[in-house]
Amino acid sequence: MSRRIIGPFNRVEGDLEVQLQIDDGRVSEARVTSPLYRGFEQILQGKDPMDALVYVPRICGICSVAQSVAAAHALADVQGLTPPPNGERSGNLILGCENVADHLTHFYLFFMPDFAREVYRDAVWFPAAEARFRAIEGSAARQVLQARAEFMHLLGLLAGKWPHSLALQPGGTTRAIEIQEKARIIAILSGFRQFLQQTLFGDSLENVIALDSAAALENWAGQAAPTSSDFRHFLHIADDLNLQNLGRAADQFMSYGVYPERGRRLFTAGIWNGAAGTLDQTGIREDISHSWLHQQNRAKHPFDGVTLPSLDEADAYSWCKAPRLNGQVMEVGALARQVVNAHPLIRDLVAQSGGNVRNRVIARLLEIALLVVAMEGWARALRPKDAFCAQGKIPEDAQGYGMIEAARGSLGHWLTIRKGRILNYQIIAPTTWNFSPRDAQGAPGALEQALIDAPVRDGEKDPVSVQHIVRSFDPCMACTVH
Amino acid sequence: MHNSLRQPLNLLWLQSGGCGGCSLSLLGAESPDLLTTLQAAGIHLLSHPSLSEAGGAGLHQLLQAIIDGDMRLDLLCLEGAVIQGPDGSGLFHRLSGSERPMRDWIRELAQRAEHVIAVGSCAAYGGITSGGGNPSEACGLQYQGNKIGGLLTEEFRGRAGLPVINIAGCPVHPNWVLETLLQIAEEELTVNELDDFNRPCSYADHLVHHGCPRNEYYEYKASAEKSSDLGCLMENMGCLGTQAHADCNTRLWNGEGSCLRGGYACINCTSPGFEEPGHSFTRTPKIAGIPIGLPTDMPKAWFVALASLSKAATPVRLKNNAHADHIRVAPGNKVKGK
Repeated sequence: MSRRIIGPFNRVEGDLEVQLQIDDGRVSEARVTSPLYRGFEQILQGKDPMDALVYVPRICGICSVAQSVAAAHALADVQGLTPPPNGERSGNLILGCENVADHLTHFYLFFMPDFAREVYRDAVWFPAAEARFRAIEGSAARQVLQARAEFMHLLGLLAGKWPHSLALQPGGTTRAIEIQEKARIIAILSGFRQFLQQTLFGDSLENVIALDSAAALENWAGQAAPTSSDFRHFLHIADDLNLQNLGRAADQFMSYGVYPERGRRLFTAGIWNGAAGTLDQTGIREDISHSWLHQQNRAKHPFDGVTLPSLDEADAYSWCKAPRLNGQVMEVGALARQVVNAHPLIRDLVAQSGGNVRNRVIARLLEIALLVVAMEGWARALRPKDAFCAQGKIPEDAQGYGMIEAARGSLGHWLTIRKGRILNYQIIAPTTWNFSPRDAQGAPGALEQALIDAPVRDGEKDPVSVQHIVRSFDPCMACTVH
Repeated sequence: MHNSLRQPLNLLWLQSGGCGGCSLSLLGAESPDLLTTLQAAGIHLLSHPSLSEAGGAGLHQLLQAIIDGDMRLDLLCLEGAVIQGPDGSGLFHRLSGSERPMRDWIRELAQRAEHVIAVGSCAAYGGITSGGGNPSEACGLQYQGNKIGGLLTEEFRGRAGLPVINIAGCPVHPNWVLETLLQIAEEELTVNELDDFNRPCSYADHLVHHGCPRNEYYEYKASAEKSSDLGCLMENMGCLGTQAHADCNTRLWNGEGSCLRGGYACINCTSPGFEEPGHSFTRTPKIAGIPIGLPTDMPKAWFVALASLSKAATPVRLKNNAHADHIRVAPGNKVKGK
C-alpha cells in the first residue's frame, strides 16, 4: 500500500489536489481537495441584488455566462419576470455559445493532450495522436483557437464581450439585434458548422445527432479512417485503451434542464438512475462535515446555507461542500444532461457501460452538434424590432432561485433579499457536485468513487489513468468553491 | 536584437485568487492566434495552467529549478489576487501537492524574474476577489487597491528594473497582454510606458468613452432609462466610460463588441478599487439630479452648463431613439410607427 498526493492538475480550470491510496497497482481510496477559497457568498451579502450580475460571472472565467444566467433567473424569479421571446432566444444563443466553446476547449486543449504523453509512446496510434493533440505543439491547438475565436464573435455581437458580460438581465438581454446583425450571427454559425463538420466530426451535424445506439456509433466510426476526423480519432484511442471501463462513479445522473423555449426547455430537467425521475430542488442539501467550514448540526438546504471558513475542523480536507439530492451523490455534466434528455445514443451507452471516461466525452461532442443546430434555429427566430428585455422591480423582501446547466453540469443560485439587500446568496456549482468531499454518512463524492480501481503503472508519479478520469468530468475548480 | 537571434524568453504563468477569465480571454486572441503570436515574439511557455502538458511533480520541479537559479525566468505572469487569509496565513490558497501557501511561492519566484506581470485587476490590485469585506484577505502583487504595496513592497523591481507591470482589466483584452509581451520582447517597454498605476499606457492612456457608439447621445444628454435603451448610459445607468482608462471602444472585444456596444455600463474595471464603487454598479448616484462622477478632466460647472444647454437642443431623433432598443427615427427622417 502507498499514499500519493497528486497536484496541481494543469488543463483543469482552477486548483485541484487528489490524495490517493494505492494497493496492488490500483487506487483503493481517493480524497479530492479544492485548495482555494475566495468567499463570493460572503462578498455578496449586503449588496444591491442587481449587483450580483457584476460579481457572479467573476466567480469563473470559463462558466462566466452560466453564472450570469443563473443569477438572472434567480432575480427574475423574485420578480415573477419572464423575458420576451427575443430575450429568451438571445440568452440561449449567448449561453449556447459559451457551452459549445467550453466543450471545444475541453476536448482539444484540456483532455486530448493526455494521449500525447510519453507513457503512450509505444501505442500504435501514438505518432498520429502526438502530431495532432500534443499540448501547445500539436496541429489541432492553433486550428481550434482560431475557430473558437471566430465563433465567439457571436458573444461580441450579442453580449458585448466574453467573459464577464452584463448583457444577461432578469428580463432578457441588453442588446437588441438588428436585421443585419441577425444575418451576421447566421453567417458566423455557418462558418463554425463547416469547421465542426470538416474537422471535428468528418460528417454532418445531423448525421452525428442521428446516431441512436452504441452499435450505430461503432458502425459510424468504422466508416472512415480513425484520423479522418478528431471524433473518430478519439473513438479509436478510447477503444484501444478501453476507456469505457475507466472512471465509473455511482451512475446517478441529474440535470436541472436548460435553454427555455416558451415554457419548455431544449434539454429537460430530471434525474436518471436506470429509470427516469423528476427533480425537486427541495431535496437538495449541502453537507459540510468534511469541509473547512464552521460545523453546523445538519446538512442545509441552500436557502438556509451558511458559508463561514474555518481551518479548525477535524475531519475536513476541502473548501468544497458536499451537495446531495435526497441524500444521494449525483453526477452532473453533458452525459447526465443527455441521458436525462433521453438521447437514444447516450441512453444506450449508459445502459451498456454507465458513466465513464469515454461516454462523458462522447456526450460532450454530441452536445456540440445538438447545440449548434439549436442555435441556428434560435438565430433565425430572432425578430428584430421586437423587444429583447422586459422590465421589472426587485421587491424589498423576497426569496428565489435560478437553476440552469453550465457546460459542465448543474448550476444553482439561491437568493434571499431583505430590505432591498442580499441577505443570503448560496451557489452550488457543477463541480461542487462532481468533486465533493465525503458527507456525514461517509459517502465519497462522484470523482472520489470514479477513481476507485484506477490502474497505476510502476513508477508513475502522476498516474495517467487518474488524469483521464479527472478531466473526463471537465472540472471547473474556480466555480467549485467560489 | 531580433527575436530570432536571441534565446527564447521563458514565460511562467501562475494563477491564484481569481477566476481564470483572463486566460480564457487570452485564448481568444486573433490575427494571429495566441500560440502563433507567442512564437513570433520568441516567447517560450515554461508552464501555463490551461495549456501545458505537465502538472503535478513536473511543475513542482520547474518552480524549484527557477527558485534555485537553475532555470532562467524572463516573464512571470500572475493571474488572480494574492491570497493572504485567513489571519495572514495564506492558507486559503495552498499550492496543490505542497504544504506552502501560493503566496510564498509567488514571492520567491518574483525575486527571480526579469519582469513581473500582473494579468488582470485581481493580480494588479486585488480586484473582485477583494470585494465586500475581502474575506480571503486578497491583495495585488504590488498594490492593495489604490495604495502602493501589496505582496511586494513599493520598492520592488523585477531584475530588468521595472515595477510590477499591471495589465489591469476584468478580464484583460487578449491584445493588452500580447502587445505588452511583444514590447518587452522588443526591449521597448520602459517605465515611461507605464501610467500612474503602472498600467501600460498603450491602452490605459485612452478612455472607454473614446469611440463609444453612444457619443451622440452623450453630447445631447439623451439618456437611457432602462436596460436595452440606446441612449447614453452615464446619467442613469452607472456608466463610467468617461473616466475609465481603456481603449475598449476603439479596439473592440470578441471581434465586434464592448460593454457599451453590448448595451450595458462600463464599470471601470481597469481601475484599482472598481469592485467597491460605493453604490449600485448600474445606477448612477446623483446629488440634486446631477451625477456625482463626472468626466475626467472636466470642470464641474462647465459640465453642468453644457449639459443643460445641450439637453435643450436635443434633436427629436435622439430623444426618441434614446428610449428605444432600436433606431426609431433615422437621420433626416420622421418618427416611424414601431
